[in-house]
Amino acid sequence: MVTTPLLPSDYLDLVSPLRAGADLRGRIEAVHPETGDAATIVIRPGRGWRGHTAGQYVRIGVDVDGVRLWRAYSLTSPTNRQDGRVTITVKAIPDGKVSNHLVRRAKPGTLIQLDQPTGDFVLPQAKPAKVLYLTAGSGITPVMGMLRDTEFDDVVMVHSAPQAQDVIFRNELHDLVADKKLRLTELHTDTDGVLDITRLAELVPDWAERETWACGPAGLLDAAEKHWSEHGVQERLHTERFRPGIVVAGDGGEVTFSATGKTVDADGATPLLDVGEEAGVLMPSGCRMGICFGCVTPLKAGAVRDLRTGEITEAEPGVLIQTCVSAAAGPCDIER
Amino acid sequence: MTAIDPTAHLTAEQIEELGRELDAIRDEVIADRGEKDAAYIRKVISAQRKLELVSRGVLLFSIFPPAWLIGTAGLSVAKIMDNMEIGHNILHGQWDWMRDPKIHSTTWEWDHVSPSEQWKHSHNELHHTYTNVIGKDNDLGYGIMRVDEDQRWHPFHLGQPLWNFLNACFFEYGIAAYDLELGKNLRKRRRKNPEFRARAKAVGRKIRKQVLKDYVIHPLLSGPSFLPTLAATFTANLVRNIWTHSVIMCGHFPEGVQVFERRSIKGETRGQWYLRQMMGSANISGSKAMHFMTGNLSHQIEHHLFPDLPSNRYAEVAVKVRALFEKYELEYVTGPLPKQVFSAWHKVFRLSLPNKKPKVKTPDREQELVAA
Ligand code: FES
Repeated sequence: MVTTPLLPSDYLDLVSPLRAGADLRGRIEAVHPETGDAATIVIRPGRGWRGHTAGQYVRIGVDVDGVRLWRAYSLTSPTNRQDGRVTITVKAIPDGKVSNHLVRRAKPGTLIQLDQPTGDFVLPQAKPAKVLYLTAGSGITPVMGMLRDTEFDDVVMVHSAPQAQDVIFRNELHDLVADKKLRLTELHTDTDGVLDITRLAELVPDWAERETWACGPAGLLDAAEKHWSEHGVQERLHTERFRPGIVVAGDGGEVTFSATGKTVDADGATPLLDVGEEAGVLMPSGCRMGICFGCVTPLKAGAVRDLRTGEITEAEPGVLIQTCVSAAAGPCDIER
Repeated sequence: MTAIDPTAHLTAEQIEELGRELDAIRDEVIADRGEKDAAYIRKVISAQRKLELVSRGVLLFSIFPPAWLIGTAGLSVAKIMDNMEIGHNILHGQWDWMRDPKIHSTTWEWDHVSPSEQWKHSHNELHHTYTNVIGKDNDLGYGIMRVDEDQRWHPFHLGQPLWNFLNACFFEYGIAAYDLELGKNLRKRRRKNPEFRARAKAVGRKIRKQVLKDYVIHPLLSGPSFLPTLAATFTANLVRNIWTHSVIMCGHFPEGVQVFERRSIKGETRGQWYLRQMMGSANISGSKAMHFMTGNLSHQIEHHLFPDLPSNRYAEVAVKVRALFEKYELEYVTGPLPKQVFSAWHKVFRLSLPNKKPKVKTPDREQELVAA
């Protein structure tokens, strides 16, 4: 009542955005380069942060060129870090808006949005006797969180990266090896080719007895899952898949109106507002020419094209589109 | 609708070409929209909140006259910022592209008695689509005034200077009533319509909250300064209302602005729509501070052409738009605030009396005007 129509938190956020009770946010405190295209971001989470388990990931919302974009990254810090900070380690992927921003442009002091950590790619309560970490590329990040968090008596890691200088955390891994805390097989795919999973036994003879955590590109994980189940030990394998498919923007496509449960084919030139109305879906609308914002609707999946500018918008949590000036750019899901 | 059509010299092709040139201006800004713009609106919002907090804080001691003056001035400015540069523009979706759920047309609520949702419908949808079309755009005279010679005169209009003055003082209530289409809904016995009742209820709720905050809670918090704080908030609301009313009057009412017949927009092309926005709006010239305090509605012409472009871009867009006006030999109606306010008021007075020369009325015009 005192602050209507705003909430008291709208004012408190001005001075204390990380306080208890605020929407969960974090502040970037440092950015440490790891390799040519990867960096570790040190984040001080707000008071509401519930803590994570090694191997989990967190979704973060970062403003890139003024636009808030959400991505998930594995936490690479141990759970018992004294200063309460957490880290994520990000590899810049080609055309990756968020990853490139974080690796190359993020500045200490910047506020970001956070979700609570989540994911079940985690270590069990009871310590397994033998552990195998099977990773490739940036798939090493959740495993690094595990390595830093919990010591096991017998740990083997098989890690692939294009070249030696692409191996994230390389120095730290070799230190662990020197301390006899880890046995490491480092594969350089540029020279050695990609790992043939059927020859894993040559590298790790007792692989089938090991509790295994695998993270990397889909090809590696598919092969691993097949290999483990062929040997009847699939319950020992835990995998983590990053961002599933990448949306390929096309011209028109199958439009799903998920709230109504209707699916229709749309071409790339008809506004989704018309497509929906044609299909008998109740669509909010106003000016029908892109000026009143009376037709905004969540885009749950897929991509749409702005008919005025040609700009492509991909589905992400919280993305709303103006249906009167957007057309299907490939299959998409409109929440109506 | 005016005796001489100021766009008569343009061919259909020219009008479409004009539309394409305007589209290009829009695309340019969109392609360039980014971090700086986002930082701008965040800065404005944070400044507004701080100013409001400080002003309300000062008003706790408003029993002392200097505190009253400072607090009232600060609160007036804060309320104007909330209404104009922040509220109006966010509700236009100008900042939706940032994907910040807190600064978004679907979630924003302003310090105003008209609920955002209803205002968006009557303003964004009806007024912006049908700008200055008699019978379609209720902003023309807000249903209580005659603002064009072609509207039929009625003895009721004799009082319109007074209506307009009262409307200015209680503008936010005027807007709320107008968003509800109160006159029409009460007159036509639509009072029972459940949809209307739900909307009326929402307005009632909003009014209750606003009044409670401004006229009960804050004065009470001020203890011995109860009455001065009450007077201060009342004054701040009054100042804000008169200011916004004046700015808005300047947008479409000064001399030189065209109004349109309902018939004229049948099958309107994009170019024609643009042209109508150009001829139906007027600007206010002035300093940067002036533009800021009007929520950049001093760039009304640009705003009507591109209602969803971020307000901080209108100034640069205006240069290009004005060049197009010149190229196509159209009149860019603009002037300093006092002049524009005077011009608008002058019209209100002038049209409160019947036309000097009788006009020939076509039967179908007659009907539209009754509907208006
Ligand atoms: S209906 Fe007005 S913006 Fe889509």
